[in-house]
Amino acid sequence: MTTTAFRGQLEGRPRPAEAAVRLLFRVAAAATVVITIGIVLALVIPSIGFFAEVPIVEFLFGTRWAPRFADASFGVLPLVTATLWTTLIALLFAVPLGLGAAVLLSEYAHWRVRKVLKPVLEVLAGIPTVVYGYFAVQFIQATVLKDWLQLQTGSFSVLAAGFVMGVMIIPTIASISEDALSAVPNALRQGSAALGANRMQTTLRVIFPAAISGIVAAVILGVSRAVGETMIVALAAGQQARLVAGPLEAGQTMTAFIAQAALGDSVVGSLEYDTLFAVGLLLFIITLAVNFVSISIVRRVRKAY
Amino acid sequence: MATYGIGRVVERTLEGRARGGEHSLRPLLFLGALWFCLFFALLFLVVLVATTLLDGAARLDLRLFTEFPASAPERAGARPAILGSLWVILATAIMAIPLGIAAAVHLEEFSNQKNWFNRFIEVNIQNLAAIPSIVYGMLTLSALALLGIANKNMVWVGALALAMLILPVIIIATREALRAVPLEIRQGSLALGATPLQTTLRNTLPAAIPGIATGTILALSRALGEAAPLLLLGGLVYLTFDPNGFASGYTTMPIQIFNWTGRPQDGFHELAAATSILLLVLLVAMNAVAIVIRNKFQKRW
Repeated sequence: MTTTAFRGQLEGRPRPAEAAVRLLFRVAAAATVVITIGIVLALVIPSIGFFAEVPIVEFLFGTRWAPRFADASFGVLPLVTATLWTTLIALLFAVPLGLGAAVLLSEYAHWRVRKVLKPVLEVLAGIPTVVYGYFAVQFIQATVLKDWLQLQTGSFSVLAAGFVMGVMIIPTIASISEDALSAVPNALRQGSAALGANRMQTTLRVIFPAAISGIVAAVILGVSRAVGETMIVALAAGQQARLVAGPLEAGQTMTAFIAQAALGDSVVGSLEYDTLFAVGLLLFIITLAVNFVSISIVRRVRKAY
Repeated sequence: MATYGIGRVVERTLEGRARGGEHSLRPLLFLGALWFCLFFALLFLVVLVATTLLDGAARLDLRLFTEFPASAPERAGARPAILGSLWVILATAIMAIPLGIAAAVHLEEFSNQKNWFNRFIEVNIQNLAAIPSIVYGMLTLSALALLGIANKNMVWVGALALAMLILPVIIIATREALRAVPLEIRQGSLALGATPLQTTLRNTLPAAIPGIATGTILALSRALGEAAPLLLLGGLVYLTFDPNGFASGYTTMPIQIFNWTGRPQDGFHELAAATSILLLVLLVAMNAVAIVIRNKFQKRW
């Protein structure tokens, strides 16, 4: 028996039905690539129409956003400042609280405590964003900021929206950084303890630096969720596009503009319709850039144990 | 050579503990701060649920299920939104689950991991998972414009956007479930003469079903709470009929909450809170099912 005949036997009969089903699986996997290409085309093509009428410099650096006015103006900076404010405020709350919870769960908590508290924390990630939005505008803004703290603020503020958004992304940051902290080998903890360090010193000077790549990735994932979040900011940050100069002011974010503009019936191909996609393209580029920064940081500082 | 008594050694050790040990001031403050972080998040959760309950309890009655949206809050209910949510989730499941499982089976069981295209698909799925949900609404909006479909307010249109949104989540969960099935199961099946496809369909996939079901239910619960892409797809409408099919007009619970929260009257805010409670109860139920499946049916190999 020659080897080629043997190989033929092992491969068996051709099975066209089996090959067809496996082709279907392959097509399903390729569908995810089609979605990505679709997103890029869907955002870029209307944006080309938009930038044919509005110079890109005016779009990126203009300070007045009034696409529906008679003397229309297409400076996107007001939307960008509102997004920046809500994102920064969200991070201000989410990063320390999320990291603190992660350190507690990974370095201090008994495994039984962790088994109970971690799922409870993740409930926060499962609450619909529109419910967060309701809470932000009805309770945080109207009751806490205005009635209890007596702050000078209107019906909406980037502070209320950013704060609630921050709590929303605590589980994201906590869970990914906890994974990173837990992945640091115990030998490092034991070595540090053997040199006389207490657990606080071990955590801050040994474990944290060792897990920094995962922690940075967690924070950056939080950034991209905050930038792309729509319902909280649409309800609580306000619907007026203006340059935001302080946390108690209202302002319309990029996502809130897209949501609001899409409610009106704009004709496909009109400038109004294309405006939506130009802002969408900017949002997409920002989140994509943030993701790539995260991936490259993780690659550069990753330590393999 | 001078020797220290054992008492002196113990004394010095205790001194050390008092100065730099676990129970001196700074480590205790640090630990307190860590507990504060966790309890702040939990306190927030409690306050959120409590205020929503307080706001909405008055309107959590049968009218919510039987009445249609109306201009007067006391006569309004969320009937079309509740039915619409159910139809949209059903359509989303029909679109996303087979596609997601098929893609995961290809990537995990049949693809050559060294092939550049398969590696590209993997990176791409991770990227898709990080794209803001509203972008999927824009993609669907563009696709409709391309196909020349003017009526956006149809159940399957909203479901299409949500299906694309949760597809990466389902693929990632299914792949993990398949990976947990030990190689021996596949080898045993192949050794008995089954083809690779028979092995996958009769052995590997059935063994992974609990994991797939858990991940899929969690993905669907995310779709149930999502509103942003549907806002772009005509989901915010004033419905006076029951959504009754995949081509029917629709609105969903999250959109109804969004709409009522934005009204000035307090009566509508109560309705928004009541609908929020209903939505939260549904989500908790779905998560409970997922947890039960994971604990009861998941095999430990």
